[in-house]
Amino acid sequence: MTHESLVSRQPARRIFLKRAGAATAIALTIGFDWAGPARRAIAAVASSAGAVFAPNAFLRIGIDDSVTVIAKHLEMGQGAYTGIATIVAEELDADWSRVRVESAPADAKRYANLVFGTMQGTGGSSAMANSWMQLREAGSKARAMLLTAAANNWKVPLAQLTVEKGVVYHSGSKRQATFGSLVRMAASLPVPENVTLKEPRDFKLIGRQASRVDVAAKVDGTAIFTLDMVLPGMLVALIKRPPRFGATVKSFDATAASAIPGMVKVVQVPRGVAVIAKSFWAAKQGREALKVEWDDTDAEKRSSAALMDEYRQLAERPALSARKQGDAAQAIHSASHRVSASYEFPYLAHAPMEPLDAVVKLSADGCEIWAGDQFQTVDQANAAKTAGLDPQQVSIHTLFAGGSFGRRANPGSDYIVEAVSVAKAYGVDGTPIKLQWTREDDLHGGLYRPMYYHKLEAALNDQNELTAWRHVIVGQSIMADTFFAPLMIKDGVDPTSVEGAATIAYAIPNIAVDLSTTKNTVPVLWWRVVGSSHTTFAVEAFIDEVAHAAGADPFAFRRNLLEHEPRMKAVLELAADKAGWSSGPLPKGRGRGIAVAEAFKTYVAQVAEVSVDEAGHVKVDRVVCAVDCGTPINPDIVTAQMEGGIGFGLGAVQHGAITLKDGRIEQDNFNNYRVLRMNEMPKVEVYIVPSTLPPTGVGEPGVAPVGPAVANAIFAATGKRIHVLPFSKGAAA
Amino acid sequence: MSTSFVLNGKRTTLDADPKMPLLWAVREVVGLPGTKFGCGMALCGACTVHLDGQAIRSCVTPLSSVAGRQVTTIEGLQSETAKAVQSAWIELQVPQCGYCQSGQIMSATALLEKNAAPTDADIDAAMSGNICRCATYSRIRAAIHTAAHSIKASA
Repeated sequence: MTHESLVSRQPARRIFLKRAGAATAIALTIGFDWAGPARRAIAAVASSAGAVFAPNAFLRIGIDDSVTVIAKHLEMGQGAYTGIATIVAEELDADWSRVRVESAPADAKRYANLVFGTMQGTGGSSAMANSWMQLREAGSKARAMLLTAAANNWKVPLAQLTVEKGVVYHSGSKRQATFGSLVRMAASLPVPENVTLKEPRDFKLIGRQASRVDVAAKVDGTAIFTLDMVLPGMLVALIKRPPRFGATVKSFDATAASAIPGMVKVVQVPRGVAVIAKSFWAAKQGREALKVEWDDTDAEKRSSAALMDEYRQLAERPALSARKQGDAAQAIHSASHRVSASYEFPYLAHAPMEPLDAVVKLSADGCEIWAGDQFQTVDQANAAKTAGLDPQQVSIHTLFAGGSFGRRANPGSDYIVEAVSVAKAYGVDGTPIKLQWTREDDLHGGLYRPMYYHKLEAALNDQNELTAWRHVIVGQSIMADTFFAPLMIKDGVDPTSVEGAATIAYAIPNIAVDLSTTKNTVPVLWWRVVGSSHTTFAVEAFIDEVAHAAGADPFAFRRNLLEHEPRMKAVLELAADKAGWSSGPLPKGRGRGIAVAEAFKTYVAQVAEVSVDEAGHVKVDRVVCAVDCGTPINPDIVTAQMEGGIGFGLGAVQHGAITLKDGRIEQDNFNNYRVLRMNEMPKVEVYIVPSTLPPTGVGEPGVAPVGPAVANAIFAATGKRIHVLPFSKGAAA
Repeated sequence: MSTSFVLNGKRTTLDADPKMPLLWAVREVVGLPGTKFGCGMALCGACTVHLDGQAIRSCVTPLSSVAGRQVTTIEGLQSETAKAVQSAWIELQVPQCGYCQSGQIMSATALLEKNAAPTDADIDAAMSGNICRCATYSRIRAAIHTAAHSIKASA
């Protein structure tokens, strides 16, 4: 092993040790902060691949021409790795075929999500938006240093050099050099303070079709998820949790469980009783044999129906104001024509294909965690607190997540904390333990999209113009009692409860949006597209009812109220145009519906076409989607996220419901928590609005409009409105 | 107690609980992690493997029931059909999170080996047992058609 060190003159440098690929060699890379005075590029090297140039925290270039982009975000299917790599490679002018992606360690200082502020994490469809300028600069500065190295070496003016696919050219002297051959020289140069970023017209990768960096490994079975992690001596743990939220362990009897071959230990942990075994199969049998008595004193014992009754009553009482403009109550009271409706939304589980799992190796002086980690520095802090360590003693290896949809981003780090608590109870001896959830654990385990009740009223004047809009939302707060609360909850209003409703874009003179926040022990969390997973349904289903009451075309009615919102209006018009809205109604038994939303600064409109047979069975035939997400970095990923978002949202509105009966969750697995399947997937067409504005997110917004678009299409086909979700429960109403 | 069978073309004898589901035998005893755990009840298809050429759910298949038979996992896919399916998956950039895709590819390969030109209805019938929470269904459908065309073209 060669060892070479390019010593930094920067006194405040920080050093990170990193395992280099599969080889046993250690590559030492040194990171630095962008802010501050000019400094030396710092790259110290020694790996089996040879020297590396690590000009910043996001990039390493090897003498073998390999380009390694360090991703601060989780890849959970949304294409973040490819997007991140595309941004860096674009400004670097790298050869895409030599680009690979590696996950960053937990480090808020270098890898914070700039939209979240000071924490590292992935969510709110922000990976591209917050990385855009940071990674363009990272790529551009590295490129400038490689170019300077070549210019110095060849003694030619910098301006005469060109770069293409990882090769620097000087046409005058017919010389060329690959990035790898310039690495050593570039590493000794100062990092430039300022660089000129490319003009969008010069983009070669952004906006074009690069293949995803993770697809090949996901097609031959070699992609490694947490489920696949194996460490020497690793044990597998399952936890028996109480059947009701809020219950605790009264006593347990491990006699029968301990007799199962392969069982190692049974330990009590805060969330229940953990069985630890040599294999999943042994742990599963051990858990089945384990007898636990629960104390239900503080447990939730109500049913969903009772909770919804309470919500309905709360909607009639005074609530906190989330938006007030004009006097909606007075305008509605005095209106000649009023419209009203209510909408009921159930709890929903995220149900990612990979049930939650985490591997923890805990010893007295450190903790290593392997997980599809979505909130790295939050999980690091919560793991440290559980283990009794300092956060810097906890290292996190972020692996591919087999879906998440928000589930792995939780302020309490539930599944990580559980895994650490199991390792702690086991003995803190460095034995790696994989905590595995089953599907039943996933559906029973909480952190659901909250249940909500929405009540809406509107007023039309004699010209059938919409003059007032009153919207009351009742349900649990996601951020209450978390560290987000003091930062985000203003005047008692959790923005994730009202986003999409308080931010209603339609031009209406009088608007009142009120929130009544409920409390119970059912744990809740953001679920793909968060507040807009219910608010968009309520707003877009109700505006459709209002348009109908006004005798107006639902598309034209919306468009007329969006004159001041050019981007939203443009996607609405694009979707309507591509769907053939102006061609008139569909034949009997079929219907077309439209909806539009803004979520995470991305605009999406969808037109759904449905067929309803005589038995009332609904088939969604086609969804036309228009999206404006600013610069589409990888258009095919934008398309894929719209397709996937439509399928995800459609499964939820058609079938999705987590319900309580006497406090117990009634759904166990995919037989009674139904999700969308192949035979239910409509034809989807996606149209992306061309744009050079900064990119916004695409992972979530596609979910928002599909539910109301389909509900409005069902109305067009049948004359029936849906007021209770999912459709399977509400269609008869 | 030991069970002998042919795994990915290799004669294999496992000394394991005969009631252990094939999924866990393949993953934890043999060490082939490509086959995934999604539901444990044959409801999602993430664990799909081939047993004598048929797509089956390994999470509910006891190890004892495969004695003397041929088991193929994603790691052992070799046939022209399988290669065409995997190529189509790459061409159409099917995977998102990727977790269910081993199972999707095993089901799609088994379908095409029986039915070289499946209709959309055939695809619905063969693939509706494989859940994809990322809802990559449109691309899976298109990729199966692409694979069918490429097999036909090279025949």
